[in-house]
Amino acid sequence: MNYEIVCGIETHIELATKTKIFCGCTTEFGGEPNTHCCPVCTGQPGALPILNQKVVEYAIKAGLALNCKINTKSHMDRKNYVYPDLPKAYQISQYDEPLCEKGYIELDSGKRIGITRIHIEEDAGKLIHENGETYIDYNRGGVPLIEIVSEPDISSDEEAREYAEKLQLIMRYIGISDCKMQEGSMRCDVNLSLRKPGDSRFGVRTEIKNINSLSFIQKAIIAEVERQTDILDGGGTIVQQTMRYDEGTNSVSPMRDKENSDDYRYFPDPDILRFSIDDEKVEEIRSSLPELPFDKLKRYVNVLGLPEATAKQIFRYRKVAEFFEGALAEGASVKNTANLIVGTIFSTMETEEEKELFAIRISAAQFAVLVKLADEKKINIGVAQSTLQKMLESGKSVEEFIKPEDLVGISDEVLESLCKEAIDANPKALADVRSGKDKAINTMFGYIMKKTGGKADIRKAEDLLRKLIGQ
Amino acid sequence: MRAGITELATRLRNREISAVELTKAYIDAIEKLNPTLNAYVHLTFDTAMKAARQADQMLKEGDAPLLCGIPMALKDNICTDGLTTTCCSKILQDFKPYYDATVWEKLKSQGAVLLGKTNMDEFAMGSTSETSCYGAPLNPRNTNYVTGGSSGGSAAVVGANLAAYSLGSDTGGSIRQPASFCGVVGLKPTYGAVSRYGLIAYGSSLDQIGPMTNSVKDAAIVFDAIKGGDKRDQTSVEYEYGSSLAECMDRDIKGMRIGVAEEFFSGINPEIKSKIEEAIKLFERNGAVIENISLPALKLALPVYYIIACAEASSNLGRYDGIRYGYRTSSYTSIEDMIVKTRSEGFGDEVKRRIMLGTYVLSSGYYDAYYKKACLIREEINREFYTVFEKCDVLIAPTAPNTAFPLNCKGASPVEMYLSDICTVPVNIAGVPAISVPCGEDAKGLPVGMQIIGRRFGEATILQAAHFYEQSAGKVIGTYEGGVGI
Ligand SMILES: [Zn+2]
Repeated sequence: MNYEIVCGIETHIELATKTKIFCGCTTEFGGEPNTHCCPVCTGQPGALPILNQKVVEYAIKAGLALNCKINTKSHMDRKNYVYPDLPKAYQISQYDEPLCEKGYIELDSGKRIGITRIHIEEDAGKLIHENGETYIDYNRGGVPLIEIVSEPDISSDEEAREYAEKLQLIMRYIGISDCKMQEGSMRCDVNLSLRKPGDSRFGVRTEIKNINSLSFIQKAIIAEVERQTDILDGGGTIVQQTMRYDEGTNSVSPMRDKENSDDYRYFPDPDILRFSIDDEKVEEIRSSLPELPFDKLKRYVNVLGLPEATAKQIFRYRKVAEFFEGALAEGASVKNTANLIVGTIFSTMETEEEKELFAIRISAAQFAVLVKLADEKKINIGVAQSTLQKMLESGKSVEEFIKPEDLVGISDEVLESLCKEAIDANPKALADVRSGKDKAINTMFGYIMKKTGGKADIRKAEDLLRKLIGQ
Repeated sequence: MRAGITELATRLRNREISAVELTKAYIDAIEKLNPTLNAYVHLTFDTAMKAARQADQMLKEGDAPLLCGIPMALKDNICTDGLTTTCCSKILQDFKPYYDATVWEKLKSQGAVLLGKTNMDEFAMGSTSETSCYGAPLNPRNTNYVTGGSSGGSAAVVGANLAAYSLGSDTGGSIRQPASFCGVVGLKPTYGAVSRYGLIAYGSSLDQIGPMTNSVKDAAIVFDAIKGGDKRDQTSVEYEYGSSLAECMDRDIKGMRIGVAEEFFSGINPEIKSKIEEAIKLFERNGAVIENISLPALKLALPVYYIIACAEASSNLGRYDGIRYGYRTSSYTSIEDMIVKTRSEGFGDEVKRRIMLGTYVLSSGYYDAYYKKACLIREEINREFYTVFEKCDVLIAPTAPNTAFPLNCKGASPVEMYLSDICTVPVNIAGVPAISVPCGEDAKGLPVGMQIIGRRFGEATILQAAHFYEQSAGKVIGTYEGGVGI
């Protein structure tokens, strides 16, 4: 029997503030255990929290980027529970007045996944199990988080992945988090239930906790749907519980905890005053937002005329997009700029992280000088590519590699006679091309390039060659 | 005969006595009397002597602050860097914070000399100081009686002249009630007027640190030194009080509008009632205008207080789990087992009772009926106070319905003990300031306290009224024989 998937995702995102949410300690990753700590973030008796205004600002940014309504009056609550990594025995979070509510993310299909709420809270510390002992590192305690809760609008594993991917991209774009799932700065909990098509009631749901990669979200959902389907088909009932996804075995299993029965005894934190944000501040934050990634993608395709595949490779990394637009602003052409980035610069970067970091040694302006030489046909694209390669390696400008005499192009007449020479000198290649082995034409390009020291316009040469060969 | 802060400061400046000699005199008196009174629980004589020597240096260089070189005491819930701070609870035994409370930081920078930490009810929960894990302090006026609570030790050290002044904390009357029992002055400032940073929390929305002194003027001097906004406490406020509080106290009270609410007088010991009424007449004879007013929501103040204070306490005390500091049980099988045993062994009965009460009122299913309703009534009480202070400058009320209890008489009945806070808790709920001043004695010779309540940040007015009373009513303090004879 087929079932309809009802799925919602809760995402924890670590904010990239320099200091913690309630004290001045650094949020820097790592460090000797318990060195990024003070009386406030370790909940020492008598210490009091001071709410970091940057955290509020970042959360509002997230809310605005996800089309949320911002609650200009808000407060912090205590969520009481006992766990050794939680030094105060309560987590300061938001309960009934989250900072942002009622937003959405639009999928490529046009379907909107609702955002129920976004609230701010503090992270806990970390337990370290070693030689049968348990140690606690509070360096992470008090690192600011936002929790983004979606509506149960997601109805397939693909939608879940797309939702999380888009969320990650938007958060990175607005610069509030690096959203590195493998480092835990973005973590997803998936709530999932099944129901018969047409049934308006929700089935019993389970929660899969702490998923740390986009592909695991999808795999975990597939595995859990299978598990629940088997139970329902066999006439069984789903037990509401918290599950864990095991990447090794690609399966979900119940976690050992009592979380579903916990009573957090939320109440407003008396140490932190209610706060209000004026509309002006919200507008100021709104106007500080960059162009959002999917708006940018649309513009690249519809206004700049980039092929969608190329546009998608560029827009998704904020620094790449900035570099791309920087070169355009210097007058470089869209096509050559995009192709050189995707073809040449990306070939020096293997991983997503490298593209995300985009640590290159030349500026957009230096790059634009090179692209414009190609745009004006003063150098051909091959020269542009190899020059760019050298520039990236050395960090030096175009002038270091292209001498004035190089900039004089090969005249049409010279090129035409060179093409004739190339045909005459390569009878076998000529025969191959004529018999349909089109790649053999490369032999002739090689001949021309060798003769011109790589300066010939390869496209022009191709046109001429084909004309002369008669194809 | 005992000297006030101003007088001690003058003698220090005139080289009649050095800070070292003064400190030594207090230390001698403490060594003699504290074994009986049990008012100090941690003595810090070494650091006191060091501070005294530094104070003498500051005094020699001139331009030293008023409190420089004057020996004092802190309640044991105020954190002192490197010095034991235990809230008189086994669970914090040997706890040495590595940070100073803001109030202590301020006083220390002015050259204050800390003699030690004073006895108190465990985690400030109680009205007699008998819940202390170190045993009860005794009332210096009659050692068969309690000091009151929870700042009983801070009241006793001032009452016995074992410190020139002390700091206490007041969540539901914990400064004012022991002040009244021991015959000293106790000021609970406006909520937010003094930083709570470094005060080990009981009920965070109610707690406030304040001075306990021999005179109203001394209270003003100490309050002046510790007040002010603090970037480490979001709930603190930098309020502009104008000129120095100690100086504006000598103003005439003619025309001062004094509110008297019948609700504060029901169920009060008749002896106390008549003393307060006499005092009100004294104000009237000197030109004050008496207004009979009503605060109907006051009758709900006590349950509201116990719900809110216990709810906050249950959350605030969750951190004492034996993991990071303080007491840890000796044998356990798991982390859960360790936490449960540590807390079972480390907390006393009264603390456990309030944690359980607080946990209950915050639990889902009971939250709306108790905690949420209490917050609504709290707002109503605030509104009533606000309305009353539109036509009155101050309110006058008894500090406590009774004078000091005999030792060991309230332990069996917590509710009866809770009732002794009936006159003081409304002030904490509303966050307004109030002062308790000595107002004569009952037939047994035990001190009676009068409470003067003001509007938010109305400290100048209540200090002025209290100072007037203290000056006009004749000396009612200082009858204790012993302590420092300076
Ligand atoms: Zn910190």
